[in-house]
Amino acid sequence: MTNEVNRFPFFHEAEVPAGGEGWESMYPYYLVPGAETREHEDKQFWFADTMHWSRGCHPFDSIGAEAVYLGVGTFSTRIFALPVSLGLDVRVVNGYVYISPLAVTDPARIAERAEVFQKRAGYYYQNWDELYGKWKTKMEGAIESLRTITFPALTEYDPDEVVLEARGRSDAMAVIENYHRMTDEFFAIWQYHFEFLNLGYGGYITFFQFCKQAFPLISEQSISRMVAGVDVLAFRPDDELRKLAARANELGLVPEVTAGHSSDELRELLEQSENGRTWLAEFNAVRTPWFDYFTEYGFTHDQETWNSDLSVPLQGIARYAAKIANGEDIARPIKRLREERDEIVTEYRALLTPVEATQFDELLGLARKVFPYIEEHNIYVEHWAHNVFWEKSRELSRFLVAAGFLAQADDMFYLNRFELDTVLADVVQSWAIGVEPRGKARWGAEIERRKPIVAALQAVTAPPAYGIPPEQVTDPFAVMNYGVTTERVADWLGSADGDENVLSGIPGSLGIVEGKVRVLRSEKDLAQLQPGEILVAPITAPSWAAAFAVATGVITDIGGMMCHAAIVCREYGIPAVVGTGFATARLKTGQRVRLDGKTGKVLVLDAEPAGDPAAITDDSGIPATR
Amino acid sequence: MLTLEFNDPQCSDTSLVGGKAASLAQMTAQGLPVAPGFAVTADSYHRYLAEDGLQQHIDKVLGDLGTNPSQVQFDEAERLIGERLMEVPLPQDVALAIEEAYTKLSNDCQVADVAVAVRSSATAEDSVDASFAGEFETWVDIVGIEDVIAHVHKCYVSVFTGRVLSYLAEKKMHPQQLEMAVVIQKTVRARAAGVMFTLSPTSGDRSRIVLEASWGLGLSVVGGEVTPDRFMLEKITLEVVLRETGHKHIEYRRGDAPQPVPADRQDVLCLSDEEVVELARFGKRLEQIHGSAQDIEFAVDEELPEGKNLVLLQCRPETVWSNIERKPAFDTGASMMSWITSSISGGTGTAPTDTHSH
Repeated sequence: MTNEVNRFPFFHEAEVPAGGEGWESMYPYYLVPGAETREHEDKQFWFADTMHWSRGCHPFDSIGAEAVYLGVGTFSTRIFALPVSLGLDVRVVNGYVYISPLAVTDPARIAERAEVFQKRAGYYYQNWDELYGKWKTKMEGAIESLRTITFPALTEYDPDEVVLEARGRSDAMAVIENYHRMTDEFFAIWQYHFEFLNLGYGGYITFFQFCKQAFPLISEQSISRMVAGVDVLAFRPDDELRKLAARANELGLVPEVTAGHSSDELRELLEQSENGRTWLAEFNAVRTPWFDYFTEYGFTHDQETWNSDLSVPLQGIARYAAKIANGEDIARPIKRLREERDEIVTEYRALLTPVEATQFDELLGLARKVFPYIEEHNIYVEHWAHNVFWEKSRELSRFLVAAGFLAQADDMFYLNRFELDTVLADVVQSWAIGVEPRGKARWGAEIERRKPIVAALQAVTAPPAYGIPPEQVTDPFAVMNYGVTTERVADWLGSADGDENVLSGIPGSLGIVEGKVRVLRSEKDLAQLQPGEILVAPITAPSWAAAFAVATGVITDIGGMMCHAAIVCREYGIPAVVGTGFATARLKTGQRVRLDGKTGKVLVLDAEPAGDPAAITDDSGIPATR
Repeated sequence: MLTLEFNDPQCSDTSLVGGKAASLAQMTAQGLPVAPGFAVTADSYHRYLAEDGLQQHIDKVLGDLGTNPSQVQFDEAERLIGERLMEVPLPQDVALAIEEAYTKLSNDCQVADVAVAVRSSATAEDSVDASFAGEFETWVDIVGIEDVIAHVHKCYVSVFTGRVLSYLAEKKMHPQQLEMAVVIQKTVRARAAGVMFTLSPTSGDRSRIVLEASWGLGLSVVGGEVTPDRFMLEKITLEVVLRETGHKHIEYRRGDAPQPVPADRQDVLCLSDEEVVELARFGKRLEQIHGSAQDIEFAVDEELPEGKNLVLLQCRPETVWSNIERKPAFDTGASMMSWITSSISGGTGTAPTDTHSH
């Protein structure tokens, strides 16, 4: 992986996986590395954003990479003017998303930007609660606007209303308009996402640096424990599962909910009894909005929510119900957690001088003011808004099938957003003229060509980085959110010729555990996780919480101390090592490892998985046909 | 009172028993484990000096010294006073009180004649500056009432060594101001012992507790004769974040000559996690009581039962980091916005973790 200069391969040195040749043609040109941009690309350090796209992405799904990094860019570069960092440049390589922090180095420009930043960011910090209130309204408005989008079917004649109301334009115009509105809202949502995120991290980092100065050896866990909310929105979906499990116990339904029935079977069974119907009603009542919850991060069109695949929440409920039946108390001890947090704060504060204590109070106050946004925004953006966006995308794909343009609904996602715009123009114009869509055969063939390419890209995992690493990783996003630290990058570089049996990551949650691993690429495989196993995944999402109830440890490819998975793992007291870069590629289901959540090391204890056939049912996680 | 046990509330009074004994009594009162024992009070010392015109003799010898005496003159005074003091035994009631207290201590320790350490607990009224640290001798492994009384006697005599007399003169103090109370304490039979700081002595981090320990008595650690085991804990959660096994090739079993440690114990941790955490808990308490970081000597006594075998020997304020002015991370005169600006513009988030730095 390395050569004499200590660097990762350049993009043009990247090996295309067998069968993936020609992938470049599927994405907008500015997302693809190329000869014209090579000089810039070769100077940069690029790391994989497998946190958001854990698999090679379908052409349409690359819209997320555009929206996210447009959002970061506008707020870092143009709106709040972070003094030393611009946005994150973005490329798609072999289907995977790579990003690169851009630093400002000219002192005069830094000083100018600092002045703009203080004025503009200061306004937000000063009015935080009020503006955050407005943010929620904006987000709810955008979600609602997305919900109203429709793609009316193309019928033989335009509806009568077009005539009776003298509209003077075809209903079919809405198809194109609404497609544009759908993508525009999506981009807007990602603007809102970053309206507060930079500033949230800024507030947190300031407290963080205070603590590091006052207590040079303080662990990041200790700092985040002082700040983290105990009763925040992010825990709510999982709490609902716990409550439903408790209700099942009260209503004497534990045997039914733990029997492993499918959701249809379970519904039929429960509808036969009074208690069963009561429970079903309560179950249905929480589904909106709490089950509008992606089991991963919601960046791909084919991801399930709890609502679209009820087996996931039902599995969680079954696990909790079994624990309750076992006499375990599964309620989150909110009061105790809050008291513990206050105790930690009091004890640290008591070690400070009066002057320090004053600053500590101010900065802890700031960190706690901004932290709810860091903890809550995912629910609004990645879960609720994305849920509607993908629903509408699927509606559009069904429209194209109904219009006779596409053979299957999923086919649409093999087109990128600009190609899709062209297709819709063709479909609507052809319909209006009264001819067959002119590009049907051409796009049909192109989609068939792309299917095996995407499958080939998804069959391999992403190398963690490309290009020349910086001496020090200083970008706050790279460090806090992605866990890409100077040490981590050195580990990535070294691991090519280092000890094959050791994986290094970021200590996510304390504790040491030894056991067999279960490698899962997607939440769809969660059911395979057996009690006592160590969960290995590209990234764990908060919706996996019920799985944490049986897993003894968690290892991820990506993520930092503040990634949501690490926060949740600490909350549930499971040792975790995050941001290993390679865990899903290196580890095989059934292998025994020793995970140390303090040092961030994972030691492979046996090179080959033990011969337990049940343990190796699936370690690739990706059906080759997708 | 002629003697006071450590668990007697009056024993916490420095003016009665001197600083060392009072601090042992205070620790006992606060549930902090010290080796059991008692103090022979300053009152006993005064009674002794009142015997047979001793005080007058002393005053006369010292009065003859004049101004700015030389060390030779001090040493001559030591000889004149010492010879006289050695002739006069302790008063009957003082000797009896010591015997009673020693017998009770032996009974409490369930040993016929418990081995004890005899140490000075000198105080000097109105003179907080004079520490007398290292001026007086400590005798360990004293067994039997006769020997105990003899060493209390020695302790009294030691007030008038030439060395102490010149130290007092230097501090512009009259020897009468010095009151010699004596500590009699069970000799610790250390399986392991060492030193604990309630902060990280290398980084000054106040949220850490660091211990260094070796087999036997703490002499080998204090004297730097071994590479001790090293432990670091997170002060708030008392989580052990570092364990470094040292190389402990010698140990002091009885305070005299060191002996070799068998090879199979040299490179094995001498404290269990439970012991380390419990000791740190005591360290944290001491720091809270004194309101500043502490430097503490401790031992694990092999004669005392498991769970009661941790013994704190000494506790004094940590001086290096405690005297450094702590500045907060950000300029107190600047606005919070400028703090934030500098935070997001500097290197962030990659400070060393516990395992990498100590």
